[in-house]
Amino acid sequence: MIGSASISLSDVYIDFPVFNSASMSLKNRILHTASGGMLDKKHTGIVIVRSLQQINIQLKAGERLGIVGHNGSGKTTLLRVISGIYRPVHGTVRVNGNCISLININLGIDPEATGRENVKLRATMMGISPAQIREQMDEIIDFSGLGEFIEMPFRTYSSGMQLRLAFSVSSCISPQILVMDEWLSTGDKDFKARAEQRMNAIVSKTEILVLASHSCELLSRTCNRVIWLDHGKIIMDGPAEDVLAKYFT
Amino acid sequence: MVRLQIRESFAEAWSDISLGLKNHHVITVLGMQDILTRYRRSKVGAFWLTIGIATTIATLYIVFGTLFKQNISEFLPYLAIGVILWNFISSAILDGGNSFIVSSDTILQVKMPLFVHVMRVLWSNTIILAHNVVILPLVFLFLLKPLSFVALLAIPGMLIVMLNLSWIMLMLSVICARYRDFSMIVQNVTQVLYFFTPIMWSETLMPERAGILLRINPFYHLVSIVRAPLLGKLPSMLNWEYSLVVLVLGWILATYLFGRFYSKIAYWL
Repeated sequence: MIGSASISLSDVYIDFPVFNSASMSLKNRILHTASGGMLDKKHTGIVIVRSLQQINIQLKAGERLGIVGHNGSGKTTLLRVISGIYRPVHGTVRVNGNCISLININLGIDPEATGRENVKLRATMMGISPAQIREQMDEIIDFSGLGEFIEMPFRTYSSGMQLRLAFSVSSCISPQILVMDEWLSTGDKDFKARAEQRMNAIVSKTEILVLASHSCELLSRTCNRVIWLDHGKIIMDGPAEDVLAKYFT
Repeated sequence: MVRLQIRESFAEAWSDISLGLKNHHVITVLGMQDILTRYRRSKVGAFWLTIGIATTIATLYIVFGTLFKQNISEFLPYLAIGVILWNFISSAILDGGNSFIVSSDTILQVKMPLFVHVMRVLWSNTIILAHNVVILPLVFLFLLKPLSFVALLAIPGMLIVMLNLSWIMLMLSVICARYRDFSMIVQNVTQVLYFFTPIMWSETLMPERAGILLRINPFYHLVSIVRAPLLGKLPSMLNWEYSLVVLVLGWILATYLFGRFYSKIAYWL
């Protein structure tokens, strides 16, 4: 596939200032400054945690990147860097092409609102234009299979129905770059098959996919390149089968 | 070096703000949603607030109207406009300061201009203001007080008030995201300003030597450019000038601060 999308991370470092309750307080900060630090000599309360270091990734259209690593290895942070939410303290990030991140499919859902209102809300949050929402509304509702229930408050849905609605909205996108934290698939057997089909269709249309997952089977099926993160560092980067074979042994 | 940094800060801020304004549908949808969420399960909805405001106005009228021996057809509209306007100003400032903190989930999940989250708060407060304004025609009708053409000047006045609130909210939201106890300070200051600004008391009661306290208070001028026209009077030139000067200086300060710390805000949440 020929596309114009590209992602380039060069020498990226991400440091998190972790504030304890004292350093989040302006009063303490002033006392600290006014007393020349005498009152609170031991610590300023700001701990810097290096969450990603020396990250170099170049992606071009057609690449499907999987990210593996233990909990806390920096996977979600890396996804957020690619989505443009965190800007690195050092290094550069260049992302060309429109990018949608599906990190939490329940984002923006209001339990008191009806299904239809929630479709509108969620879609708006994902950056879909009002005209496009109107156009796709029926299709989304149709896909969710909720029928009449779409006019009922979201809180009255069974958890399966809630997931179906959230999925249906999240999957009405066609970005050039798709960033996902775990695969979206949900619902009963029948819905799951349709959801799977829909996801595959979306992924095949996107130019670049970045997917963080713990599932070997999923990654080997979807990705052609995998990065192994450990303590914020890339310790292996290569063809999916090689990295997965190493990681999952 | 310093000059370059300043220029970069402004560029950063403006690119976010202009992108935010371009996505105005996001602002209105989310702002409306905030109101719906809060009042969905009540029949009267946001009018509960209006009832509360009406009660405040009536109470203040009974207390201060008698205390200061004020004439009802003068003082009641004065009080009603002032209280409604102040309610808008103070809740916009208080909610505005928390706008990044409240939206932190969204900020960490989807890339969206940060200014959207500030404007969303202004929008939902504007909707509440629209509910409360209903009190005014009732008061004017009750007193059979006519509106003059001068009242139209309240529209540009209101615009200036909202533009001023925008920079205050933007600046506070940056500071409050970093220092979480700052919203307590904001709360206190807003409370103090409520007493210093002629809302419950008429500015004509202020003796001349205290006049300086009145003149340096930007909120006095902001309230005046909306209230005076509605009462059929022209705001003073000083009212307009002061409001506009604060508007320009405030925006410069707020956009600089916003741009300077723009990339840090997500880390603070």
